[in-house]
Amino acid sequence: MYEPVIGLEVHVQLQTQSKIFCSCSTRFGDPPNTNVCPVCLGLPGALPVLNREAVTMAMKAALALNCAVNPRSRFARKNYFYPDLPKGYQISQYDEPLAEHGWLEIEANGARKRVGITRVHLEEDAGKSLHEGFPDSETKSYIDLNRSGVPLIEIVSEPDLRSPEEAYDYLTRLKTIMLYLEVSDCNMEEGSLRCDANVSVRPSGAANFGVKTEVKNLNSFKFLQKALTYEIERQTRILESGGAIQQETRLWDSREQKTFGMRSKEFAHDYRYFPEPDLLPLEISASWKEEVARSLPELPDARRERLVREYQLPLTDADQLASSRPLADFFEATARASKEPKLAANWILSELLYVLKEAGREITQSPVSPERLAELLRLISEGKLSGRMGKDVLGEMFRTGKPASAVMAESQLEQITDPEKIAAVIREIVAANPKQVEQYRKGKTATLGWFVGQVMKATRGQANPQVVQETLKKELG
Amino acid sequence: MALTEKDVRYVAELAHLELSETEVRKFLPQLDSILQYVQKLNELDTQRVEPMAQVTFTEASHPAWREDLARPGLSRDEPLSNAPESGGGCFKVPKVIERE
Repeated sequence: MYEPVIGLEVHVQLQTQSKIFCSCSTRFGDPPNTNVCPVCLGLPGALPVLNREAVTMAMKAALALNCAVNPRSRFARKNYFYPDLPKGYQISQYDEPLAEHGWLEIEANGARKRVGITRVHLEEDAGKSLHEGFPDSETKSYIDLNRSGVPLIEIVSEPDLRSPEEAYDYLTRLKTIMLYLEVSDCNMEEGSLRCDANVSVRPSGAANFGVKTEVKNLNSFKFLQKALTYEIERQTRILESGGAIQQETRLWDSREQKTFGMRSKEFAHDYRYFPEPDLLPLEISASWKEEVARSLPELPDARRERLVREYQLPLTDADQLASSRPLADFFEATARASKEPKLAANWILSELLYVLKEAGREITQSPVSPERLAELLRLISEGKLSGRMGKDVLGEMFRTGKPASAVMAESQLEQITDPEKIAAVIREIVAANPKQVEQYRKGKTATLGWFVGQVMKATRGQANPQVVQETLKKELG
Repeated sequence: MALTEKDVRYVAELAHLELSETEVRKFLPQLDSILQYVQKLNELDTQRVEPMAQVTFTEASHPAWREDLARPGLSRDEPLSNAPESGGGCFKVPKVIERE
């Protein structure tokens, strides 16, 4: 039996307005090469000046990941040739990173597990190479340098992950934390969250790590899991047949569903790092660090626990709600306004998320506000609406933007709880179905359900099911 | 001589230079003499000197920040004006990715 050992290197694009070392815009999707200047084009003589906000955001991320922020770090040049790296080096951090020695808790086999964070460092992004989509793409690559110089943090984990599922959970939680901090939009399609994995396998129980490969191009959560599963199987097969793993960089090809070794000499692994002479060492004062630490919002784990404590929610509901900051905000606003936290959690997690998904909207774009939803929930808890009717009313509120009371008035949807009214309906049905009445009286009690259905049908679902049951039993005697 | 022909070939490869055998032999003593010249610095006792990454001033005396404000960069045509080849608003270069 072989056991996988996985460490992730995650790049997160910081959502500053301007680039890390120059004032060009970081906006995504602009026409190619329109947000560039001598600094990010790497023109001779141009000098970098550090963006303070990028450092603040990086520090937020580092503190949220329980890292120690170094009072002094420095930038270094990472030298390699690639056309989307115009200077011939990337300004990064090497032997003195911004922050180190953190951890992040994930869930593994139903238990909490601490995954070490080796380091968090600041660096600049490279430009974008377009290898496809042009008439001469067979022979040419196209380079857009708008992204060159966009601030990134690289978050390196310890090799603590033991399965593709753990890697997936780690990345999910990391992303949630970054979104809570509002330091990145973490949009994987647009490349603001990127993930590389170091993978090796070893005989179960072995003390030493096997030879690892670095798998790149994992630009979706699905790819991450598939690529890891593939790579673990590939390495296991090689070792089982007596072969040896070659240390190399491999690319995940989502079309072929395979990883491929990269032979390109462009990725020579000798980066000849040296201190960046154009930038001063980065000194973080205690007061700056304090200020950033104070600005941290409540983080997902703390929030999940508070939701359980404060609203008596089941852990699974709290976990789901806390997985997104706006979702948890929406829940808390609804719970406060309705005084019905459990109902609020149920309705948000099932009905509201369902209609939102159908409409392709985010929780922040919900046409039904927490206050409006709270009004609906109060009508349900007061028995004026059944759950079934509530769903229809919510659907209508979603479509029209009207409050629940207006929707109910318009479609005369109020629940019928008056036993006299219900009894009148039941008498009609009893009179029209003597055969079923006889069956029931002979002891076939299952027929009761059939009668309930008939009453609900006759009242278009508006009758209170409990009252219907009780009245039926009385009428059928 | 501390340097070998292998070192010269390695450095040339990192720099994407193609050297002939004659050039390798020619550059070997030259590179070696440069290194020996710089090596002279090792004779200094730096035991009590703190390593520095920057020689002009310290961060504390000269905080060199930029506030996070975006400004327009170069105009549309300027960036590409020096490019040997361009198209679709992009720099064009020979295809780079190779695979097994």
